[in-house]
Amino acid sequence: MAHIELPAGLQGIRGPMAFRPETAKPLNELAEILLHQPNSLAPGERELIATYVSYLNDCYFCQTVHGAIAAAHLDGDEDLVRRVKADFFHADISAKLKALLVIASKVQRGGKHVTAGDVEEARNAGATDIEIHDTVLIAAAFCMYNRYVDGLATWQPEDEDLYRQRGKKTAKEGYVQMSREYIPQAETRELEVKGA
Amino acid sequence: MPHIDLPQDLPGISAGFAFRPETAKPMRELAHILLHEPNSLEPGERELIATYVSSQNDCYFCQTSHGAAAAAHLGESNTVKQVKTDFNHAPISEKLKRLLVIAGKVQQGGKNVTNEDVEAARNAGATDMEIHDTVLIAAAFCMYNRYVDGLATWQPREESMYAQMGKHLATEGYRTPSIRPSAAD
Repeated sequence: MAHIELPAGLQGIRGPMAFRPETAKPLNELAEILLHQPNSLAPGERELIATYVSYLNDCYFCQTVHGAIAAAHLDGDEDLVRRVKADFFHADISAKLKALLVIASKVQRGGKHVTAGDVEEARNAGATDIEIHDTVLIAAAFCMYNRYVDGLATWQPEDEDLYRQRGKKTAKEGYVQMSREYIPQAETRELEVKGA
Repeated sequence: MPHIDLPQDLPGISAGFAFRPETAKPMRELAHILLHEPNSLEPGERELIATYVSSQNDCYFCQTSHGAAAAAHLGESNTVKQVKTDFNHAPISEKLKRLLVIAGKVQQGGKNVTNEDVEAARNAGATDMEIHDTVLIAAAFCMYNRYVDGLATWQPREESMYAQMGKHLATEGYRTPSIRPSAAD
């Protein structure tokens, strides 16, 4: 049971986001920019970073849903997602992404763990400053999302197919669009308040 | 030296914000809602939670700037120091002590928060919204702290700069920059 009374029937981060739409807005906008908007790192690569950090933080909901979104971007290759979580050095991904995953894993433990050598390695593999910046921020942001989801003890059903279906939709539509499904919109909320 | 080519003369998170204004916008907005907008927890109390988590994460810039914002709200800085070293003996409400316990658990990892921690906060008068915001403030500072240190931003050790920043944050909030390049002139 969740630590506070969250709207019923909403999995993972959806519960607290519907509970507090004011903070849900910037939380979804940040995910949209970091993971969904066009960028030199492909969305599938950025979702793999988010999945890996969520896996290190042992957050079931986040690693499963972002793993599903990553797979949807990667032509349904769920096996690649599994391999990145288990041992990314031997996964079929670019040397650049491997170097960025090293940085992400350091950020997960704490920002100060990132060394000049880690950054140099990523740069030698072709990473740009903005890609390094976004990797640090994706890893840092998932240290927030993961704690938010687990710190409130949200409902996280173990239903791979649910996440697979939702992953496909989120990969296509993005986070802000998807959030309209479960977050009461400002206009509706006003009516509800007036009606009550 | 920062890990990437950040705008110079901007300390801490301001440099990351100036480098990438697109992500700065929701990050500022989130801090503004959590720490500055009117709520049943005083802004000074919420800044103390942010300061405590940043101190547990050993982020100099965040604990000093938010400590200064807390001090500006409270009108004194002793409480800030005591909260960082031993909040159980600081002159703060029982409710805030219980919320700081929850924040400290979130800092270590979300799963560390127990039903008993939440029950104790509720018995001390905390509402569901206050517990929610405490968890999210603690979680958000696990992001801000890692962002600031993970890029190895410039974090000057001048107390006066932070005092000025704290006053700005306490009065204006987080939507607009507290430090501009020209502030150094």
